[in-house]
Amino acid sequence: MKVEIITPETTLFAGEASLVSLPGADGSMGILNNHAPLISSLGKGAVKIKDASGKELRFDVKGGTVEVNKNKVIILAE
Amino acid sequence: MANLKEIRIRIASVNSTMQITSAMKMVSAAKLKRAQDAITRMRPYAEKLQEILSNVSATLDGNEGVYSQERDVKNVLVVAITSNRGLCGGFNNNVIKEIRANVLNQSKGAQISVLSLGKKAFDVYKKANNHYTGEFGDAPYAIFDQLTFDQSSAIADKIMGAFAAGKFDKVILVYNKFKNAGTQVVVNEQMLPVVAQNDKASASSVEYIYEPEKTKILEDLIPRSLRVQLFKALLDSNAAEHAARMTAMHKATDNAGELVKELKLNYNKARQAAITGEILEIVAGAEALNG
Repeated sequence: MKVEIITPETTLFAGEASLVSLPGADGSMGILNNHAPLISSLGKGAVKIKDASGKELRFDVKGGTVEVNKNKVIILAE
Repeated sequence: MANLKEIRIRIASVNSTMQITSAMKMVSAAKLKRAQDAITRMRPYAEKLQEILSNVSATLDGNEGVYSQERDVKNVLVVAITSNRGLCGGFNNNVIKEIRANVLNQSKGAQISVLSLGKKAFDVYKKANNHYTGEFGDAPYAIFDQLTFDQSSAIADKIMGAFAAGKFDKVILVYNKFKNAGTQVVVNEQMLPVVAQNDKASASSVEYIYEPEKTKILEDLIPRSLRVQLFKALLDSNAAEHAARMTAMHKATDNAGELVKELKLNYNKARQAAITGEILEIVAGAEALNG
């Protein structure tokens, strides 16, 4: 699936990933391929992405919103 | 006719002014590029946020929440966004004029306070009794020294706080919108209460899972879209400032060029007149000796 992390100032990450774990407002959640369409707000914490090569990337966010639709995950982070 | 030395000094001084203005034009052109890039970089975020917002609010009545409350307008906060530096033509004056002409008229009968972002508005309003600094401290003054989303959010949060606390019933942003390098348009835009957007057509038909429930997400989204609105206004104003300065400096350089041309003409005329005078004197002297 495609993942994008966008902040108001720049695009932090854009690319393929096999797993995304997010600090949801009500607890952490993981998103795998073919996830159902979802809109959720994020709390403070780390967004972790396992990219196509299996490497794990970590981004700290203060809050944000995530939209999942058709294997595309868009994270609006602050 | 002015004497030769005076003209020479003036030519030299106009020339050095010309060098300064053309250097300032170059600097502004470079800064404009950067400011434009910042706008471009923030566009995907703003667009996506808007999309999610309309998706979430499509099935909800958007007129709930603290930031959508329409109250009787008794206290208005006008946020004047100007630059920190001058020499950019009518850029700052246009904002002040817009406030005087339109905003004050629109909100007749209400108590109006002005929050200035950028030094130029601060200079204009600091002596006015409706200048609002309140909880904002020095931050609005220095915002353009380092324009980051964090800084702009801090100000947006304070504005939202003041609105939620009932200090103001309406918040208006006045700033220069960057249209292109040649044109800036002064706009006044309502920030609070949130203007309900009725573009339900743009909401997609996908059945999303909402977690937590929609109203909670909306409570989180609206402040963020307000922060983005202020940040966007600041970025626009920043780009518009450099564009305005670029144009102003270009004109100044052109005018200095004209001035130098005219002065050179005068200089040559004076020089020729002086030579003619000297020849006449010599000839007259020789005639007198011969006579």
